[in-house]
Amino acid sequence: METVVFAVLNGVIYGLLLFMLSSGLTLIFSMMGVLNFAHASFYMLGAYFAYTLMEGSNFWIALFIAPVLVGLAGMVVERYGLRKVHARGHVAELLFTFGLAYLIDEVVKIFWGRTAVNYKVPELLDFPLFTLYGAQYPAYRIFILLVAILMLVALWYLLRRTRAGLIIQAALTHPHMVGHLGHNVPMIFMMVFGAGCALAGLAGVIGGNYFITDPAMAVQMGPIVFVVVVVGGLGSLEGAFIAAMIIGLLQTSAVSINASLADIFGFLGLAGTSEVGGITIASMAPMLPFLLLVVVLMVRPTGLMGDREV
Amino acid sequence: MTDMTTTYVDLAPSRAEKFRQRVLPMILFALALAVIPLFGPSRSTLTLLNHMGINIVFALSFNMLLGRAGMLSFGHAVYLGLGGYFCVHVMNWIAADTGIWGAVPIFTMPAFGFGAGALAGAVIGWPSCRRAGTPFAMISLGVAELVAAAGFMFDSLFGGEMGISADRMGGPEFLGLSLGPLNEVYWYIAFWTFVGVVGTYAFTRTPLGKLSEATRDNPERVEFVGYNPQRVRYLVFIFAGAFAGMAGGMSAVQDEIFTPENLSLVPSGAILIAAYVGGIRYFTGPIMGAIVMTYMGSNLSDYTAGWLLYLGLMFVGVVMFVPDGIAGVVYGTWDVLRSGRLNEVAAGWAIRLLGLALMAVSTITLVEVAFRWSDGYGEVFEPFGLELAHGSPLTWVVIVLPFVIGALLLRRVARSESEVTS
Repeated sequence: METVVFAVLNGVIYGLLLFMLSSGLTLIFSMMGVLNFAHASFYMLGAYFAYTLMEGSNFWIALFIAPVLVGLAGMVVERYGLRKVHARGHVAELLFTFGLAYLIDEVVKIFWGRTAVNYKVPELLDFPLFTLYGAQYPAYRIFILLVAILMLVALWYLLRRTRAGLIIQAALTHPHMVGHLGHNVPMIFMMVFGAGCALAGLAGVIGGNYFITDPAMAVQMGPIVFVVVVVGGLGSLEGAFIAAMIIGLLQTSAVSINASLADIFGFLGLAGTSEVGGITIASMAPMLPFLLLVVVLMVRPTGLMGDREV
Repeated sequence: MTDMTTTYVDLAPSRAEKFRQRVLPMILFALALAVIPLFGPSRSTLTLLNHMGINIVFALSFNMLLGRAGMLSFGHAVYLGLGGYFCVHVMNWIAADTGIWGAVPIFTMPAFGFGAGALAGAVIGWPSCRRAGTPFAMISLGVAELVAAAGFMFDSLFGGEMGISADRMGGPEFLGLSLGPLNEVYWYIAFWTFVGVVGTYAFTRTPLGKLSEATRDNPERVEFVGYNPQRVRYLVFIFAGAFAGMAGGMSAVQDEIFTPENLSLVPSGAILIAAYVGGIRYFTGPIMGAIVMTYMGSNLSDYTAGWLLYLGLMFVGVVMFVPDGIAGVVYGTWDVLRSGRLNEVAAGWAIRLLGLALMAVSTITLVEVAFRWSDGYGEVFEPFGLELAHGSPLTWVVIVLPFVIGALLLRRVARSESEVTS
């Protein structure tokens, strides 16, 4: 019971962080039809910006300023990079963002070094919030939960209940018509790209000190975010949410299961001493998202909630 | 309206043209491969050349997917890795003399890699070749992560972090090559590089190769004509995997070790960059890209810590401004020289070169100064006796001024050229 509760709590938090990343990616995808390979790099930038801002000010200022800075960086990338490549098709765009991810990685290494930086949880939140089954639960995790939910609600409100959201939704499906109505569609695209990057940056600000802030964080997170977006169904925010939750729960609960394959498939004659039998579920955790990706694509090529086939 | 055209203009190339365009370059390539050892290259040069050969075959196999069939794969190293792993195991069986393996010469490794790569392509390609474009790219990424993660898990197959090593000196000799010294390995690599180049070129001439290009450009029409694009992609994928596995076999003999790192996204990304920078629209593009990138990878890293950054900048630059890559530039220049239009474009080229050089000066200064500042050893970038500390105003003049002038020059050339064409 104890393990289950902790696995669910941590899984939900991890899932919400994943959704924060993949929501931006999904928005950008449905807008431009391109998966932004550098999306996780913006997540990393968010963490590093916050770390630097925290040295000069405090966490709360960083929490607001860092995502804005990341969003501005995203806008610059869209305006002066992606827009140029856009005319040459999706593969060129994908390659451009791939190269960009490479560049951001290297630039981060120049500015902040090759090893992890000491990006700490703010003191105000660095205390155990409650005790559960004799184990203390850090307040910062609940803070992440709150920020993520707040962002979720804000995003939903913005997209579904405001005029700006209406225009964005229209521009996603009928850019020409929206253009004819007098809206500046390239500008909308730039703003949405920036907002998506800002969301990734926010995930970096609150995730960077929860996990670890080092130059490898983009490479670790990037592929998982893609899995979330593809499994959820390309272009579907609801699907991305469900997929993020599934993967979050799957990975965190797998880590806490110590059983090996032999314990599960022992009835088939799989011995614990054999190589396959000796593999524990916990050690398979990093593979699970990709396994899920392959299975979903084989069984349901549209993803969970997507309307277009992958 | 009565007389129909009964005579057709024969558009097929003449025998002489065929020879000049298809056979002659191959003969020249073989000659170049044969002549290189006469210069007595050093051990490090030989290693570099061997790696170039491996990467040429690898890049060509990658381009069967990206350039020809329009399938962007982020996990092509999986097939090189699996082919190579199989070869390393075979080499160990040869060394252990188990069963009939004792009679197999090490020289034939790439053939085994070819088979293993084809098998891997057939298994993995089946679920992943349904669609082209972005979805295919994402699936290839997922599969690559999956295989690389599995690589660290199954120690008896992949050897864990340490990888699996083998000895290339076992087994019977073939063509008098013991494969011990590096110059003998060179002949081995040269032979298989030639086979790989001829093989991938021959593939582009087959109906399947032609169909793959048609599928890239218009899958719907291919379907109208009566072919199944999915099936075309799948078959091309198997062949691409096979040639990648062949490169793996070459690599197994050259380096005598394979680790799960060889399966990961890093080498996959590297070959993508190499092929694209070389120019994916030309058959020779990936060859040029592989040569340039292998050379840069082994030599530039001696000069500067920032070579990966330069690589990234170069890649982004090519994607944005020179989509035809090195091969495009080379052939474009050659066309102009041959048609005698040099003096028309010379002025524009000169300004463009100047602009590029100025931007390069600025970028290199910025990167080098930044790297020295980031190391924190207090080292100062001193090109040509100039002392460029990160705080000195001179440094920033050297960075900003050439950049602005270069950008303005390039912009002017681009503008005047677009005026001419429009």
